[in-house]
Amino acid sequence: MNENQPLLQVQNLKKYFQTPSGTLHAVDDVTFDLYTGKTLGVVGESGCGKSTMGRAILRLQEPTAGKVLFDGVDVTACDKRELKKLREQMQIIFQDPFASINPRMTVSQTIMEPLIIQNKIDKHDRTGLEKKALEIMDLVGLAPRLVNSYPHELDGGRRQRIGIGRALALNPKFIVCDEPVSALDVSIQAQILNLMQDVQKQMGLTYLFITHDLSVVKHFSDEILVMYLGQMVEKCGAKQLFAKPMHPYTQALLSAIPVPDPHVRMQKIPLKGELSSPINPPVGCRFAKRCPYACEACSEAAVPLRELEPGHFVACIKAGELPV
Amino acid sequence: MNTILDVKDLVIHYETDDGCVYAVNGLDLDLQEGETLGLVGETGAGKTTLARGIMGLVPDPPGRIRGGEIIYRGTDLLQCSNAEMRKVRGRKIAMIFQDPMTSLNPVTNVGLQIAEAIQSHEKLSRKAAMQKACQMLEQVGIPAERAGEYPHQFSGGMKQRVVIAIALACNPDILIADEPTTALDVTIQAQVLDMLRELRETYHMSMLLITHDLGVVAQTCDRVAVIYGGEIVESADVYTLFDQHLHPYTQGLLDSIPKLNEDVERLKPIEGMMPDPTQLPEGCRFCSRCAYADERCRTEHPNMLDLGNGHKVRCFRYETQEVEPHE
Repeated sequence: MNENQPLLQVQNLKKYFQTPSGTLHAVDDVTFDLYTGKTLGVVGESGCGKSTMGRAILRLQEPTAGKVLFDGVDVTACDKRELKKLREQMQIIFQDPFASINPRMTVSQTIMEPLIIQNKIDKHDRTGLEKKALEIMDLVGLAPRLVNSYPHELDGGRRQRIGIGRALALNPKFIVCDEPVSALDVSIQAQILNLMQDVQKQMGLTYLFITHDLSVVKHFSDEILVMYLGQMVEKCGAKQLFAKPMHPYTQALLSAIPVPDPHVRMQKIPLKGELSSPINPPVGCRFAKRCPYACEACSEAAVPLRELEPGHFVACIKAGELPV
Repeated sequence: MNTILDVKDLVIHYETDDGCVYAVNGLDLDLQEGETLGLVGETGAGKTTLARGIMGLVPDPPGRIRGGEIIYRGTDLLQCSNAEMRKVRGRKIAMIFQDPMTSLNPVTNVGLQIAEAIQSHEKLSRKAAMQKACQMLEQVGIPAERAGEYPHQFSGGMKQRVVIAIALACNPDILIADEPTTALDVTIQAQVLDMLRELRETYHMSMLLITHDLGVVAQTCDRVAVIYGGEIVESADVYTLFDQHLHPYTQGLLDSIPKLNEDVERLKPIEGMMPDPTQLPEGCRFCSRCAYADERCRTEHPNMLDLGNGHKVRCFRYETQEVEPHE
């Protein structure tokens, strides 16, 4: 594989759902590249399509249009058998460690299942299975005595470690992390984030890190993509985004994070109203209704993503002229 | 300032088939008139049980209030009969629950749900109560025309506003907000918190804000109490708590959150897990996760130390160590 070639290329990815009241634009025209060993953070409010995008990339949900190239292979064009092969290298960690693990399987059964499905290990080789399971449990910080425990015996933090272990079992290159720490307490959240960082370094993993927690995403990502109602509104380096947010939505979003310091009083940019419906969205900028800077031109035509500074993409016709 | 609510040595246990859950263990907490007190802690620390205890809503069985007092304006709420409690609940002390999706009745329109709360405490005709309900909706930023709509027609943020309208309908003295914004997005959270702050001032309420989000605490509270293993481990005014937190658990909590204004390579988590509330450690509840723990911490239970200026901490380290008073 070429070093300068992105590991993952997402091109004009779309996912629409047909609902009784019209077409729901869950993901609309998302394009980005992701290089080996890097982390792309995806942020946005609930319902903006971040999880659907993650699933569409893995084809857990069939994309409506667009291309996903993984290591040069077009994922969207694969047949079932090729897809199964590819899934060896593309894994996912789910949000809810309570709902995403089979309650009737032990820790080792859960972690070993991907290896058995992919025929990496003989399912009758009990000693081999246990040895491999213990290896992965050690990697994700689960005590060996838990090897035959069931999920209900474990707390949220340990369950999420099982979820991570299951995703790592096949030695993948790329993992979609769909809000992996949202369901956890802060002290446990830090443990899991550190673990994910460590295995990333050890195994050279590439992450697509979906979250709504902006302080976590800044800490964890190299680049950040901000989504609003299915569309990309801004994408740039993590530090750059926090230092110089250019889209009015990003600005409002960042200003709304409560700062854990009573000496700092937040200068909030008030947003009118709430997220509008993604069913049959308006033609122009989808944020225009809530935007403090909106003008007529915003609602007339689709707003293209522009590269205003090297590596800093913004979808706003006024970006660059607005105060930062 | 006057103390409006004083919780003294409260003990609440849940007696289950798998053993006794020690949810709240000798908890002391006081709420001053007109202040916002933040109660911070993790899952299973006993935050919600405390709130339910104050409201007289601990499910019995399995919940049992084993001892203590909850003094509201001179009366011990634990000695009140059910009928007396019904007059307090909603009228004097109101509560907002965490999940707006499940705390509203899905088959009754929101206007009626607010009116119901009003009618149960005030002698008003249905029409007058509906009128007041509409006023309340306007107060929380929902147009009165929507009073006839049902909860499923509202978004999460709007539902939480309806819940707040119900809580405030009878103009209570104390509002207990149990994670009021945890289920909401940040921009909506900011709207709801601002609204709560304004309403608290207009109605001269005192508020107990239960949360695990230290950012929310820093931005909205006057005083903070940190709860761990069913007891308060540190309490102080918000500036002291963030600048000069002393308890190792408070330090660990503040260290483990990623900060926006600092770049760190690795986060500093608190090692280990919350102790199982059926088997709390004998000595200090935090000893198994504490870097400073010694033999005494494991065997002897520390008392709350008063360091002056309202700063209290439950840790042996500060018995001998001099603490500079916070500016």
